[in-house]
Amino acid sequence: MKYAAYCALILLGFLGLSSLGGINEYVFFAGFVILQFVILATAWNILGGYAGYVNFGVPAFIAVGAYTAVVLFKSMSAPLLVQILGGGILAGALGLGVGLLTLKLRGIFFSIATVAVVFILETVVNNWRYVGGATGLQLTRPQDLWFFDSYTRMLFFVMAVLAVLSVTIARYIQDSFLGRGLRAVRDSEEAAECSGVPTLKIKLIACTISGALMGIAGAPMPMYLSYIEPTSTFNLSYSISALGMPIIGGTSHWIGPVIGALLLATLQQIVTVTVSNELNVLVVGVLLVLFVVIAPDGILGLIKKWKQSSK
Amino acid sequence: MFSVDLIFEAVLFGILLGCFYAAVSLGLSVAFGLLDVPYVAHPALLILGSYFTFVLSQTGIDPIVCGVLLMPIFFLIGIGFYRFYYETFEKRSSDTGVRGLAFFFGMSFIIEVCLILVFGVDQRTVVASYIGSSLEIGDYRFPYRMLVAFGIALALTVALTLYFSKTFNGRAIKAVGQDEGALRLMGANPVKIKQLAFGIATAVNALAGAMLIIVGPVEPAMDRIYIGRTFCVVVLAGLGSMSGTLVAGLVLGIAESIVMMTFGASWAPAVSFGLLLLMLGVRPQGLFGR
Repeated sequence: MKYAAYCALILLGFLGLSSLGGINEYVFFAGFVILQFVILATAWNILGGYAGYVNFGVPAFIAVGAYTAVVLFKSMSAPLLVQILGGGILAGALGLGVGLLTLKLRGIFFSIATVAVVFILETVVNNWRYVGGATGLQLTRPQDLWFFDSYTRMLFFVMAVLAVLSVTIARYIQDSFLGRGLRAVRDSEEAAECSGVPTLKIKLIACTISGALMGIAGAPMPMYLSYIEPTSTFNLSYSISALGMPIIGGTSHWIGPVIGALLLATLQQIVTVTVSNELNVLVVGVLLVLFVVIAPDGILGLIKKWKQSSK
Repeated sequence: MFSVDLIFEAVLFGILLGCFYAAVSLGLSVAFGLLDVPYVAHPALLILGSYFTFVLSQTGIDPIVCGVLLMPIFFLIGIGFYRFYYETFEKRSSDTGVRGLAFFFGMSFIIEVCLILVFGVDQRTVVASYIGSSLEIGDYRFPYRMLVAFGIALALTVALTLYFSKTFNGRAIKAVGQDEGALRLMGANPVKIKQLAFGIATAVNALAGAMLIIVGPVEPAMDRIYIGRTFCVVVLAGLGSMSGTLVAGLVLGIAESIVMMTFGASWAPAVSFGLLLLMLGVRPQGLFGR
C-alpha cells in the first residue's frame, strides 16, 4: 500500500512538472531519455539480474517496439497508446522466440544469440522500403496533445507512467514465485531443476516480460524524434547502457536498476551535451568494468557494506 | 542471373573469404572453444590489431611484417587479460557468468571508443605492392590481397593445428579444456597453461588484424559485425575444433559470397548471424562437436 502511495505521488509530481509553464523544453527532451533508460535497465534486470542470463540484444527489442509503432502509425495512424501496446506485444513475442531457441543452452549462447537478432533485424529493416530502409523515415506528429502544452511534454509524462509501471512489475516479480525461481536458476540451475523449479518455463516468462518492456520503452521513440532510421535504432550502445546501469546500481533488488539508470543516464546526458557522444559510451563502459571488478554488488552492495561497518 | 559461371566465381571468392574468416576466428576458438572463457572482446582486439598495423605501416614496413612484429605485444595483452580474469573472477568463482560477460563486453566497448577517440570514425587502409592489383586466370580475377590473406590464413591454421596436436604445451592446452583437475594431477599448472593459451589466442589476433586491413578498409565499429562472424565460425566448427574451424570458415565464406552475389551486399551482415542462430537452434554442438 505504501508503495502504491509513493507511485501515485511520483506520478502526480511528474504530471505537475510536465504541465508547469516556463521550463525549458530540453528538460523534457532529456528527461524522456532518462526515463527510457529506467525502463530498459529494469527490464534487463528481470532476466539478467534475477536469473543471470545476459541479454546483449537490447536494441533489437527497442527497435521491434519502435518499428511496430511506425508501421501501426503509417498504415492506420494508430494512436500512441495502441503503438506502445503493439510494440510491447511484438517485442515480447521476440523475447519468447529467442528464449525458445537458446534458453536451453548455456548463458553465453543466449547472449550471442541476442546480438545475432540485432544484426539480422537491422539487415531486414535496411532492406524494407515501407519503413524507410537504410535512409530512414520522416514522421509527422499528430496534433493530439491531450491537455499538455507540447508533444514532448506529453511523451515525457507517458514515459514516466510506463517507467513506474515497469518498476512495479519488476518489484512484483522479485517477491513472487517467479523471482524466487529465477534466483534459484542463477545460483544453480541443476539444483533448481532438481528441486522442482520449472526452470525453462520461468526463464521463458522472464525473457518475454523483459522483451515486452524493452519494446514498450522503444515504441514512443519514432514520435519522440519524429524520425526513425536503423543505424541509431539498432545501436549496440543501448546494450552496454541497459546492462551497465543495473550492474552499477545493483542487480539483487528492483531499486538497483532504477538508481543506476537515474545516475548514469543523467550523467550521460550531461556528458553528451558538454563533451561528446562517444565519450558517454566510454563513461558507462569504464564504470561498468570498474564496478564488475571492484564492487560486484553495485551501489546497493556498497551501501549495505557501509551500513554494516558503521554499526 | 543464376548462371553457373557466376556461382562458380562466388564459390571461389567464398573459399578465399572463408579461409580468412577461419583465421580471424582461430583465437576465439582457443579462448572460448577450448577454455570456455566468454571472450567477447576478441573481435575488438582484432580491430585493435588492424589499427596497430595501420600505425606501424605508416613507417613503411609491410603490413604482414607489422602483424608479425605485433604478435609478441598481443601475446602479452592476452596473458594480462587472462591473468586479470582469473584473479578477479575465476579464482573467486562467484557468479562468473554475468560478471565475466559484462567485463569482456565492457572492455570491447572501451577499446572501440578509444579507437574512435584517437583515429576518428573514418575508414583506414594500408598500402602494399599486392594491394589493388589482381591475378587474372582466364576470365577470373583474384585480387592479390585476397590471395595473400588466403595464404597467411592457411599457414596460421595449419601451424596452430600442428601446435595443438604435436607439442607438449599444445596438448596441455587441449587437456586443460577437458579436465583441469586431471591436468593438475599430471603435474602441470592449469592457470599457467590457460595463460599461455590466451596469449596465443590474442597473438593470432595481431596477424589476423593485419590481414583484415589488407583485405579491406577498417573502421572502429567493425568489431560488431565480427562478433557474428567469429562466433558463427566457432559454433559452426564445434567448440574447440581447430580443423573444424577451417571448414566452418569456408562454409560461412561461401554462404556470404553467394548471398552477396544473388541478393546484394546489404544482406551480407545477416548471413553470419543467421547461420549462427540456425546452428544454436538446430545443432548447438556444431558440425564437428564432441
